[in-house]
Amino acid sequence: MSQWIKACGIDDIQPNAGGCVKIGEHQIAIFNENRETWYAVQNMCPHKQQFVLSRGLIGKQGDIPKVACPLHKNTFSLQTGEHLGGNCAYHLRTYPIRVVDQEIQICLQDESPSSSATQTTQCETQHAQ
Amino acid sequence: MNKQRIIVIGNGMVGYKFCEKLIDQDPDRQFAITVFGEEPRPAYDRVNLSKYFAGSTVDDLTMATREWYADHDIELFTGERVEIIDVDNKEIESVTGRRMGYDKLVIATGSSAFVPPIPGVDKKGVFVYRTIEDLDQIIEHGRKVKTAAVVGGGLLGLEAAKALLDLNLKTNVIEYNPRLMPRQVDQAGSDVLQQKIEELGISVLLQKRTDAVLGNGSVEGVAFADGSQLDVEMIVVSAGIRPRDEIARKNNIAVGERGGILVDSHLQTSAPDVYAIGECVVFNNMVYGLIAPGYQMADVVVDNLLGGDKEFQGADMSTKLKLLGVDVGSFGDPFAEGDHIDAVSIRNTVKQTYKKIVVDRETNCLIGGILVGDTSDYGTLLQYTQNQMSLPECLEHLVTPPASGAASSATELPDTASICTCENVTKRQIIDAFEDGQTTVDQIKSCTKAGTGCGGCVPLVTDILNAQIKKSGGEVKTALCACFDHSRVELAERMRTEKVKTYWEALGRFGHGGGCEICKPAVASILASYQNDFILNHQNIQDTNDQFLANIQKNGSYSVVPRVPGGEIRPEQLIAIGQVAKDFDLYTKITGGQRIDLFGARVEQLPLIWQRLRDVGLESGHAYAKSLRTVKSCVGSTWCRFGVQDSVGLAIRIENRYKGLRSPHKLKSAVSGCSRECAEAQSKDFGVIATEKGYNLYVCGNGGMKPRHADLFAEDLDEETLIKYIDRFLMYYIRTADRLTRTSKWLEKFEGGIERLRAIVIDDALGICEELEREMQHQVDTYVCEWSRVLDDPAMRRRFAPFVNSDESDPNIHFQPERGQKKPLVTASSTEVHV
Ligand SMILES: Cc1cc2nc3c(=O)[nH]c(=O)nc-3n(C[C@H](O)[C@H](O)[C@H](O)COP(=O)(O)OP(=O)(O)OC[C@H]3O[C@@H](n4cnc5c(N)ncnc54)[C@H](O)[C@@H]3O)c2cc1C
Ligand code: HEM
Ligand code: SF4
Ligand code: FES
Repeated sequence: MSQWIKACGIDDIQPNAGGCVKIGEHQIAIFNENRETWYAVQNMCPHKQQFVLSRGLIGKQGDIPKVACPLHKNTFSLQTGEHLGGNCAYHLRTYPIRVVDQEIQICLQDESPSSSATQTTQCETQHAQ
Repeated sequence: MNKQRIIVIGNGMVGYKFCEKLIDQDPDRQFAITVFGEEPRPAYDRVNLSKYFAGSTVDDLTMATREWYADHDIELFTGERVEIIDVDNKEIESVTGRRMGYDKLVIATGSSAFVPPIPGVDKKGVFVYRTIEDLDQIIEHGRKVKTAAVVGGGLLGLEAAKALLDLNLKTNVIEYNPRLMPRQVDQAGSDVLQQKIEELGISVLLQKRTDAVLGNGSVEGVAFADGSQLDVEMIVVSAGIRPRDEIARKNNIAVGERGGILVDSHLQTSAPDVYAIGECVVFNNMVYGLIAPGYQMADVVVDNLLGGDKEFQGADMSTKLKLLGVDVGSFGDPFAEGDHIDAVSIRNTVKQTYKKIVVDRETNCLIGGILVGDTSDYGTLLQYTQNQMSLPECLEHLVTPPASGAASSATELPDTASICTCENVTKRQIIDAFEDGQTTVDQIKSCTKAGTGCGGCVPLVTDILNAQIKKSGGEVKTALCACFDHSRVELAERMRTEKVKTYWEALGRFGHGGGCEICKPAVASILASYQNDFILNHQNIQDTNDQFLANIQKNGSYSVVPRVPGGEIRPEQLIAIGQVAKDFDLYTKITGGQRIDLFGARVEQLPLIWQRLRDVGLESGHAYAKSLRTVKSCVGSTWCRFGVQDSVGLAIRIENRYKGLRSPHKLKSAVSGCSRECAEAQSKDFGVIATEKGYNLYVCGNGGMKPRHADLFAEDLDEETLIKYIDRFLMYYIRTADRLTRTSKWLEKFEGGIERLRAIVIDDALGICEELEREMQHQVDTYVCEWSRVLDDPAMRRRFAPFVNSDESDPNIHFQPERGQKKPLVTASSTEVHV
C-alpha cells in the first residue's frame, strides 16, 4: 500500500543542498535543485552503512543528478539510486517525492524486506540473509 | 520453473569472484546460489592482507558485505565447513550436519600454508600467514617479544618480514636457497634485493636449512643444519602453500600426484557437475598461487554454466612484490635457457637496480625478465611478453629505454593485448569504450571493469585513454572536473582577476553542467582565499567538514579541535576542555600538532560545545579545513637553556596571522628556538629555525606519506622580513598550486625549482609581491572565528541538527567503551553474525 507522508517544509532544506528527515524508523535524505526539483533517497550510504548521505554534496554527472557521500565520495544517481562508479552491490533506495503547498511529501510504499536499508536500527540489515 | 541450485564450497577471493561474475552475467538468475565458507566472515581481500598491519580493518578488506549476498539472494553460511560430497546423490553435508542437494558444485577451497615437519614447529610462537586470525595472533604475540624470524624468503615471506618489522620486531629472514625469491629472481637480482632489504633493517640468512625450533614450550630460537643457531622469540613459517584438496580426497574426487584437485580445461573435476577453481586446483601439473589465474578460472566456469565453451589455458605467473618498499617484479620465464635464447642484464650499483630480460632470437619475442629496485617498466615489458610483440632492433633500449622509449607502449600494443589481467580486458575493449563515448578513466573503469581488480593496470589504462584522446584530436585534460575545463590554477586566476563572488557565478561564466563534488569545494576554497567572506554563506558548496565546521568521523559523529596557537594553553582553558569532554562524553586525545582533539560529538552538540569553549577564549582550530592547521613550537629561549630566540612567541604570532587561511591543501608550520630543531620545523610546509642573528626560513617540507625535508629558503631574517616572505610565499602557493597539492609536491613540479621561487618571492622577479602582500593583509584583516559567527546567528545554529523534521538525535550513532573512554561502534558489516 502506498501512502504520501509529510516530510518537511520547503524552507527546511537549503537550496541546492540536502537534509535528512526521520519518518518513523526511516531516515530519508531529501535534496533539491533550486528548490524546484526534489529527490528522496535512503540516508544510509551502502558502502559503510553510515547514515550520512544527506550531508553529501550534490551535482550532475552529465544529465544525471547525483550525490557524493561525504565519507568516501562514492557517488549515486538521485534518480535511480544507482552507484555511479558501477558497483551494483551499492544501490540506493529512492522514494517518490512531491511538493504540495510548500510542503514536501514522500511516498513510502509497501516495505519490502530490503527496505531495512533505510531503517534506523542498523542491526536489522545484518540479519537479512 | 525450479531454479538449478549451485553450491560453492569456500568463500575466499575466488569463490566470491565466482558469485559476482555469475550474478553479473546471469541477469535472469537461472541459478539459486548457496555458499559455504569455513572462515567466520565473508570473503576478504587476502592479497592485501598485510594492510591489516598498516591499519586496514576487517571491514576495509571485506570483498562484499553480508547485505550484498542477501541483496542478490545468495545464501551464505560462514563458519561452516563442508565435510562430505556425495557425488552419487549430488548432495553435500556440512560440519553442522546440514545436508543440501546441488545441481552444480563449485569447489573453491583455496590453499593452506605449508608447514614443514621440523621438530618443534608446534611450539608456542610459531605462526603462519594466511588468514585474519593468523594476523591477529601474530600481532598479539608480537607485542610480547622483541625478535622474530620468517622461515622462507619467497614473495610471501618477505611480505611477512616487512609486517614483523612494522611491529617493531628485530626481524630475520631465513631461506634455504642461496637466493631470495628463488622462484622469481636470479642470483644477481637477489643480491640487489638483499642489499635493499638489509637497509630496511631486516637480516637475511641464506642457504640455511632450518632443522629444529628450539625452546621450552615457547619458541626461543632455531637450529640450522650447519650447526649454527639463531635466537628468536617468534617464527612465521612461509614455506609455500598446499592446495586444500582434502574434501576431494575424502570423497573420491581425483587429485594430482603432488596434491591439488585435478581439473580439465573446463575446470571440471573427475565427478560429474563438480568444478574446482582457485588455489585448490592443479591444472597441467601447475598450482596457481596467484589471484589473477583464480579469477580467470571463475570466469571460465561461469561461462560454461551459462552455456558457453570457454577454456582455461593456463595463466601467466608474473608478479610484483608489494609493500616492502623495495620494488621487485618478475614476468614470463626469466630463467629460460636454450640455443636461441639471449639474456641482457644491467646492474646499477649506485642506484641499486637490476634489470634482466630474456629474449628468443628466433621469434624475436620477449620471454621473461626480472626487475629489482625499479619496476617502472614492468607494465611495458609484461605487455611485450604477453602479447608476443616484436622487439625493437636495439635490445638495450628495453633495458635502458631512451628518453621517450617506455611511454610508447600504450600505442604500440596490439588491440588484442590483455591490459587488465584480473578482469581480462583487452586494449580493444578500452578503445571501444572510448569510442562509445566513455572519455574518463572512471567511465572506462565502470564500463569495462578494467582496473577494478588489483588496480595495477590503471596507469596503462590512463595512457591508452590519453593516447586515444590525442589521436581523435582531443586535448588531454588537466581539467578540474567535468564541469570546468580549466585547471584549478587557471580558474583561480580568472576568479581572482574578475572578482567572482559566488560558485554559481563561476559555474555560469567559466563552466558548464550542474556542478559536482569536486569543483564545489575547490571553488569554495578559492572564494575564501581571495574574498574571505563567511564560509557558511556558501554552505551548499562546502565539503561536509566545512559545512559543519568539524571533522566527520567514521560513524557520522564529529570531532572538535580548538586552536591552541603555538601549543601554549592556559590552565583554565585546559580545565574547560576537560570539563566539556566530561559533560558531553567525548573521547580526548592529544594530537601531533600540540593541541587536543575531542571526538564523538553529535552534530546537534557542536554549537553547545563551542559555546562553552568560546567562553574561555578558544577559537576554531580549522582542523576540518584545507587551511592552516598548527604552528608547532619548542620551549624556546624563555625556558630552554639552549634557546636563542623566543620560539613560542613567534609561533603564536604566525599561527594567529595565518589562521583560517583557506588554501589548495592544508598547511602546517613550526618554529624551533635553536638549531637543535626540537619542533621539527624542517618537516613543515613552512618552518622557522632561530639563529643567533634572527631566523632561518625553510619551505616545502612534508611529513606524512612522502616525507620531504624542507629547503632552506632564506637565512638570518629579522622578524618583519620573515613575515613578509611567508606572506608572499603562501599567497603565491595559493595562486599557483593545483587542487589538493601540498607545498612539497607543488615545489617538485614548479618550473625553475627553489631558485625560481626565491627569485619570485624575495627578488620580486614577477613584480607581484606587493599584490601578494595586499591579498594576505586582506585575509588577516577579515579573519573572524567561524564558530563565533555561528554561535551568534540563531538561524545558523539551527542547521546543526541531524534531522530537519524532528528534534531527535540520530539513533544510529553508537559508541563502545575502550581504555576508559569511548570509541565508535560501527555495526553493520563489522559485526559478525553467525548463522
Ligand atoms: C599474505 C598474502 C599475500 C598475497 N599476495 C598476493 C599477490 O600480491 N598477488 C597475487 O596474485 N596473489 C597473492 N596472494 C595469493 C592470493 O591471496 C590467493 O591466490 C587467493 O586468495 C586464492 O583464492 P582462493 O579463493 O582460491 O583461496 P582462499 O582465498 O584461500 O579461499 C578459500 C576459502 O575456502 C575455505 N574453505 C576451505 N575448505 C573449505 C570447506 N571444506 N568448506 C568450506 N570452506 C572451505 C577456506 O577457509 C578459505 O576461506 C597472497 C596470499 C597471501 C596469504
Ligand atoms: C567507487 C569506489 C570507491 C571509492 C571512490 C572509494 C574511496 C575511498 C576513499 C576516498 C576512502 C577514504 C580514505 C580516508 O580518507 O581515510 C576510502 C576508504 C575506505 N574504503 Fe573505499 N572506495 C571505493 C570502494 C570501496 C569498496 C568496494 C570497498 C570495500 C568493499 C571499500 C572499502 C573502504 C574502506 C574499508 C575504507 C576505510 C574507511 C574508514 O576507515 O573509515 N571502498 N574509500
Ligand atoms: S630547539 Fe633549541 S630552544 Fe627549542 S627546545 Fe630545542 S634546544 Fe631548546
Ligand atoms: S560510507 Fe559512503 S562512501 Fe563510504
